[in-house]
Amino acid sequence: MSQILDDDQRIIEFDVRTDEMLVNMGPQHPSTHGVLRLVLRTDGEIVSEMEPHIGYLHRCAEKIGENLTARQWIPYTDRMDYLAAMNMNLGWSLAVEKLLRYQVSEKAKHLRVLIVELNRIASHLVGMGAYGLDLGTFSPFLYAFREREKILDLFEEVCGARLTYSYITVGGMTADLPPGWLQRCEAFLDQFEPIIQEYHALLTTNAIFVKRTAKIGVLSPEMAIDYGCTGPVLRGSGVDIDLRRDGESIYTAMYDGYAFEVAVMKNGHYPRDHEYPAVPRDAILGDCWHRFFVRMLEVVQSMDLIRQSIDRYSQCKGALGEPLKLAEKLPAGDTYLETECPKGQMGFYLVTDGTSIPWRVRARSSSFSNLAVSPELCRGCLIADVPAIVGSLDVVMGEIDR
Amino acid sequence: MRGTDFISELEAAVDGALIGRHLDVVDPWLEIAADKLLETCRWLKDLCEIRFDGLQCITAIDWFEPDPKKAAKVEWEPHTEVIYHLWSTKARASLVLKVKLPRWQGNEEGKIPELSSVVSVWRGADWHEREVFDLSGVQFNGHPDLRRILCPEDWDGYPLRKDYEMPLEYHGMRGR
Repeated sequence: MSQILDDDQRIIEFDVRTDEMLVNMGPQHPSTHGVLRLVLRTDGEIVSEMEPHIGYLHRCAEKIGENLTARQWIPYTDRMDYLAAMNMNLGWSLAVEKLLRYQVSEKAKHLRVLIVELNRIASHLVGMGAYGLDLGTFSPFLYAFREREKILDLFEEVCGARLTYSYITVGGMTADLPPGWLQRCEAFLDQFEPIIQEYHALLTTNAIFVKRTAKIGVLSPEMAIDYGCTGPVLRGSGVDIDLRRDGESIYTAMYDGYAFEVAVMKNGHYPRDHEYPAVPRDAILGDCWHRFFVRMLEVVQSMDLIRQSIDRYSQCKGALGEPLKLAEKLPAGDTYLETECPKGQMGFYLVTDGTSIPWRVRARSSSFSNLAVSPELCRGCLIADVPAIVGSLDVVMGEIDR
Repeated sequence: MRGTDFISELEAAVDGALIGRHLDVVDPWLEIAADKLLETCRWLKDLCEIRFDGLQCITAIDWFEPDPKKAAKVEWEPHTEVIYHLWSTKARASLVLKVKLPRWQGNEEGKIPELSSVVSVWRGADWHEREVFDLSGVQFNGHPDLRRILCPEDWDGYPLRKDYEMPLEYHGMRGR
């Protein structure tokens, strides 16, 4: 603390030591990404302690899952991370398929890659746009939503829904792609690719943005692992883990033969970093800026994966295959599977007793663990930095409260 | 889970911790004695060659059949099971630990079972243990701040137990 005082002459509060004050941020505060309440113990502008209060969206989806068959629970997974519902569907479907030792067709695998990577772009666009909003700039949000809208239009064509898709299901997909969809998807990618440089100009290299995010909320790799942080939060701290490469075989088999590099800083370099703006001098590994930048890199990485999957999908000769029966009997046993969702590693645990209805289902939420580390990051920061730190974790409350 | 050598090492290092091993199922798991859990976890994180440095998930399962007709047919005795999913970031390996607890401490209805907290091993266990306490009713001894996390603080009962009944009324709101 005294370090801050010496460095920054503008902070004079420490000399006078005002009374402590409790400040409630939320549950309806716009910068809390849903209904999250943060209780700050402040002394002037300095936050000495921050405590998140969650549970405002709790509906005990796990209890509901004990009364439905595995396929009937798919729509409830939609409502967990509603910004990346396709990824949630995939996580649960793969967990059930792992228990059944079921393999989907080659064509369905490539279609799944195509769909979940497209959803990853949509999710990161919201994460990026809303992060701009948290820091007080409105326009990136509008540009991000303009492009996300086009992805939602594409999703609406394949399954009729714009947010809660239930498209990927146990044993395959509910329907094949409509005619001409791949061309429209490619047209979107061609139009979207040059726009990414605009986002970098608006946020990544913006001097104000860098001032607000560089060296703020620094998360060490050890602490990130200790708290179970995953996804871009973990990779933003320089830990080289991506379940699409390092996960269990049933999941990595989907990405077999796909060329992609994990978006993580290695030896001071990001993959293909000559194509992107340089890392600002002020930014240090693990701060808000790096978490944001990893997401921006993953957008490009997902576009590469989509292009590859379009090729592979259209070369596949066989049929897509039908999903399993609605009340497929599950063998007695238990299994746990994690997949790499846009927000982090989402795990589903499934315990069955030999009937078609699971005995217990459990959703391990990535945002839950990512948010758990926020009190550590906010200790001793300024009030204005709290939205910057919580926003950089990119949490979604539907998934935390389940 | 890669390699099983560390299991015999665990047996030698923590006396009486390992009760059962189930390695030929979809997800291999080890059964750990409830009173040796903390010691086992500490060994797995700090001393084991595969350092299990990440705790991914804590789950509690209520093994109880409220329907007496069905309850006569089940093979297990009613109990609570707490499951730990561990992960090693270096070895990219995962491990499942299961601990068996009674449904009620000393068979005294209303007194929730006790288990030692692993927050001192993995700090990420903090919220997970609060969630298990909140929804399944397990008391974690040594937890720094054990209170409800998803349900309101004045909520009654443990929703993920099989014999849980929704309250008829909560602060003037109709429940059922």
